[in-house]
Amino acid sequence: MFQTSLFQPNSLSVSELTRYLRQLMESDEILRDIWVRGEISNVSRPSSGHIYFTLKDAGAALKGVIWRSTALKLRVPIESGMAVEAHGYLSIYERDGQYQIYVDAIRFSGEGYLYQEFLRLKARLEAEGLFEEDRKKPIPIFPHTIGIVTSATGAALQDMLNTLQKRFPLALVILAPAAVQGDEAPPAISGAIKALNRQGKADVILVARGGGSLEDLWAFNDERVVRAIADSVIPVVTGIGHETDFTLADFAADLRAPTPTGAAVLATPDVADIRRTLAVTERNLTTAFEEVVAVRVQALENYRVQIDHLSPLRQIQNDRQRLDQISQSLQLSLARTLQLHHSTLNGIQNRLLSLNPQAVLDRGYAIVSGSDQKIKRTIKDISPDEWLNIRLRDGSVTAQVQNYPETTSGNAAG
Amino acid sequence: MSKSETAIEKMNYEQAYSELELIVTQLETGQLPLEESLRLFERGQQLVRRCAELLEKAELRIQQLAFPIEEPLDKVDEDIA
Repeated sequence: MFQTSLFQPNSLSVSELTRYLRQLMESDEILRDIWVRGEISNVSRPSSGHIYFTLKDAGAALKGVIWRSTALKLRVPIESGMAVEAHGYLSIYERDGQYQIYVDAIRFSGEGYLYQEFLRLKARLEAEGLFEEDRKKPIPIFPHTIGIVTSATGAALQDMLNTLQKRFPLALVILAPAAVQGDEAPPAISGAIKALNRQGKADVILVARGGGSLEDLWAFNDERVVRAIADSVIPVVTGIGHETDFTLADFAADLRAPTPTGAAVLATPDVADIRRTLAVTERNLTTAFEEVVAVRVQALENYRVQIDHLSPLRQIQNDRQRLDQISQSLQLSLARTLQLHHSTLNGIQNRLLSLNPQAVLDRGYAIVSGSDQKIKRTIKDISPDEWLNIRLRDGSVTAQVQNYPETTSGNAAG
Repeated sequence: MSKSETAIEKMNYEQAYSELELIVTQLETGQLPLEESLRLFERGQQLVRRCAELLEKAELRIQQLAFPIEEPLDKVDEDIA
């Protein structure tokens, strides 16, 4: 039997030991930041929101804790039997002397490997130019026929049909059903895309799947699917998983939508916009026609004005007016001439009147003439005893000269 | 009426709308005789009515494409192999 010596070193309390171990564990480089692979069992979810479970494999078990704040952010639902890789740090729950992993991330087992594969394939296809921008075909604005590649029974199909009915009920949908999960999915999806291309009726193809785990979406990282999308003559819009999920199919697609509904939205115009556009076009039609008529009415009016100017009637009117003017001025000058003549005549008449001998006789003068009717202006014209005719205001008498002057040289007035 | 003009009541929305747009463009360039313009305008109005009617009655139509699943599956598998 083992004999203990009398003066042993001081013992450590359990707490002290446990704390020591905990510090040791928490300061270890490897244990502070580690991925552990195993199967989940004994999941417990108390009302606190934290998750407790055991990670185990054939030979060992490890307790695990996921704090509530982390649990809310987990992409993978924690269920018993699930093979996962958990990330976190190792420490000790001192009360139970239980070492355990405090998990801050969880991924499906093999995801790390899958991710490496994903990156390799992506790099290879990228180098081949499958994801080049200039390969991308434009999405038609007005897709008369829409091909859909998805599961015939999935919620994704229903979501897309609802969206299409609301947004663009004018479309004809051709469903090419395909499994979207599992080993049969990649050939089914690529086969459906090729079949739609062979048929050639669709204006655009929607390749879609609702949200799921990375494994669920894995078919869309399959090279066959990626190549079928890249080779499609018909433009392809993908709507795979959730906002944050990017698959290689998305990279190869002509347009990537975050969800199936998003794909239906991106591939179609909204019927409300179509109605508005139609209303605008109708207005344009009316305006254009009114403009056609207005232009002709204006041209007609211009011609009317022109022809008016050139009309013979207008010439006649002009001539008539000129004639009027001429005739008016003619009359005026005629009147003036007449007036002139008239006053001249008056003057002459007055002068004439003043020369009338009767007027002289009226004033008391007499005109003496001989028998030869010649007027006697001077004594010299008169001979003694000559018979003279004396004309007075109111008649004539005949008289004989009796008193003839001796001297006849003077010029006595008669 | 003859030429390439299809019966309006048989047109789908896209056909009716694209002809409508064409007519508007033709009218806007304004090089056509008045009589032809009037005829185009009337046809345009009929097209507008057809479009509105199609929008009113539109109901999403769905067909399922029948295609052999097996054949492309085998073929693709061969491609990969």
